[in-house]
Amino acid sequence: MPKNEKQILEGSRAIALTIKNIGPAVVSAYPITPQTHIVEDLAEFKADGRSGFEYVRAESEFAAASIILGASATGVRVYSATSSQGLLLMTEVVHNIAGLRLPVVMTCANRAISSPINIWNDHSDVITVRDAGWIQLFAANHQEAVNQHVLAYKLAEKLRLPVMINVDGFILTHSYEPVVIPGREKIRKYLPAYRPSAGSYLDPKNPVTLGAFFTPQDYMETREQLHHDLVASLPMIKNEYQAWKKIFHPSDDEASGPKTPGRMNIDNGLISYYGPQKPDTVVIALGSVIGTIRSALRDNPRIGVLKIKVYRPFPAAEIATCLQNAKNVAIIEKAVSLGQAGPLYTDIAAGLTEVETGSLSKYNKRLNLKNYIVGLGGRDVTEKMIIEIAKDVPKKNHYLKFIGQI
Amino acid sequence: MENIRIHGRGGQGVVTAAELIAIAAFYEGWEAQAFPNFGVERTGAPIQSFVRVDDKPIITREQIYRPTILIIQDATLIGAVDVFAGATQKTTVIINAARNIWPELKNKFPRLYLTPATEIALEIFGKNIVNTVILGALAKNTKIVSLDSLKKAIREKFAAKGEAVIAKNILAITKDYEKIKN
Repeated sequence: MPKNEKQILEGSRAIALTIKNIGPAVVSAYPITPQTHIVEDLAEFKADGRSGFEYVRAESEFAAASIILGASATGVRVYSATSSQGLLLMTEVVHNIAGLRLPVVMTCANRAISSPINIWNDHSDVITVRDAGWIQLFAANHQEAVNQHVLAYKLAEKLRLPVMINVDGFILTHSYEPVVIPGREKIRKYLPAYRPSAGSYLDPKNPVTLGAFFTPQDYMETREQLHHDLVASLPMIKNEYQAWKKIFHPSDDEASGPKTPGRMNIDNGLISYYGPQKPDTVVIALGSVIGTIRSALRDNPRIGVLKIKVYRPFPAAEIATCLQNAKNVAIIEKAVSLGQAGPLYTDIAAGLTEVETGSLSKYNKRLNLKNYIVGLGGRDVTEKMIIEIAKDVPKKNHYLKFIGQI
Repeated sequence: MENIRIHGRGGQGVVTAAELIAIAAFYEGWEAQAFPNFGVERTGAPIQSFVRVDDKPIITREQIYRPTILIIQDATLIGAVDVFAGATQKTTVIINAARNIWPELKNKFPRLYLTPATEIALEIFGKNIVNTVILGALAKNTKIVSLDSLKKAIREKFAAKGEAVIAKNILAITKDYEKIKN
């Protein structure tokens, strides 16, 4: 990749430019910190004549989500972005979008939720719609955010499933770092113009009903099918990621670089693992904190770091493979299911049961699984915290800790 | 790796200064990262921003606790906020001040530079906006950015603001650069 294709951009700008090059037909959004710069940039592209999409200003997030739902139902590509309370206000529509099997793509600039009011980053917002039936991607850096937006449209349109791309508010949306933006031609090679099949969208020439009333006789099958389609999309997400990387090469992983002997480097679109083949400890996280984790633990030859890029559908088998030789696991996350534990922790604990038999797998019996909640409401996650967590994992006296200060 | 921390107040362009340094360093061929630590969005509130510059890709995202370069845009923060936290004898400290009213700082930080950025800003902009001005002093005293790359960064960042704004900002950093020399 020639260096001159690289630019230094704000994360929001990088996302907006990628959306511009993907070319949705309808954009609708309501501004909320820290999503604002993304939709302001898109409004600017529209005003300057650089983008031809319809930009529909909405009176609330509920309206914005409803507008893109309706637009998507007419068979065109759509985009929105939100954060925090905005996503919560969209909740009802977010569920409807998945139930209607609409290929909606939306960015969530992750932010804490009220009360108390807080505008800074954590993952509490997206966790509230974890179960809505969307594919949930998490980006750890600008390049990954760019790639995941392209991937999102491909997956959405191929699978007729909505996709949410999660980018850490401020940490990614308001930071500058080098990034390569794929041009229209490159994107077009991978993501052809969206042409939904007749009968799958609202068209006066081909009348259909979307979102009908389903009695107990039929409703259950729609849920079952949505669930199975999400789970079945895992291999396709993997393949589509590889297909995009063949066209567009800039590295989007913090661990990329020369492979050293005895180190394993898996990077497949669902997860990325970098560390020893037989680690004492594996540290797992979602989103931008992975860079800090990898930096803090880079000199520790006994620790592997696992980045989860796709949270729904949950890549349980991929995760289990990375943990099969580990003794300890530290799950570091920026959300908590109040009254239980971190949602990623419970997902991983559940994911380590044997899929085929439903019984607890061999891992569960000997794996020491620990949960560390960090960075809520924008609290800085430091390398020192990560090093302390790595030291704490083997201790047997707890399963969940809030790490706010070290 | 250079770890730069900038202290100022809301409305002084603390975040823009960090972005300009990162853009300029990128033009010099470095890997660069800039990010803000927004407090409440309120004019006058103490604000920090951060820049990392390295020859390898930068992956950490923690805030900067051990700055190698410290820029203090508003000297009234000294004593009010622990602006020197984590700074050592090796830290380059640049303060917007016409004269040194902190004699002990020179012993603590041998690489201390004072620059009359407010004076220059008042002369050129007619108001106390020092965020670009003070970058002249940075170009003079460190190797990560040159005056030319900063000018290029200003042209890019302020493209939408028009030629007059760009010209004034370039004049301001050039003046600051030369003042430091004298």
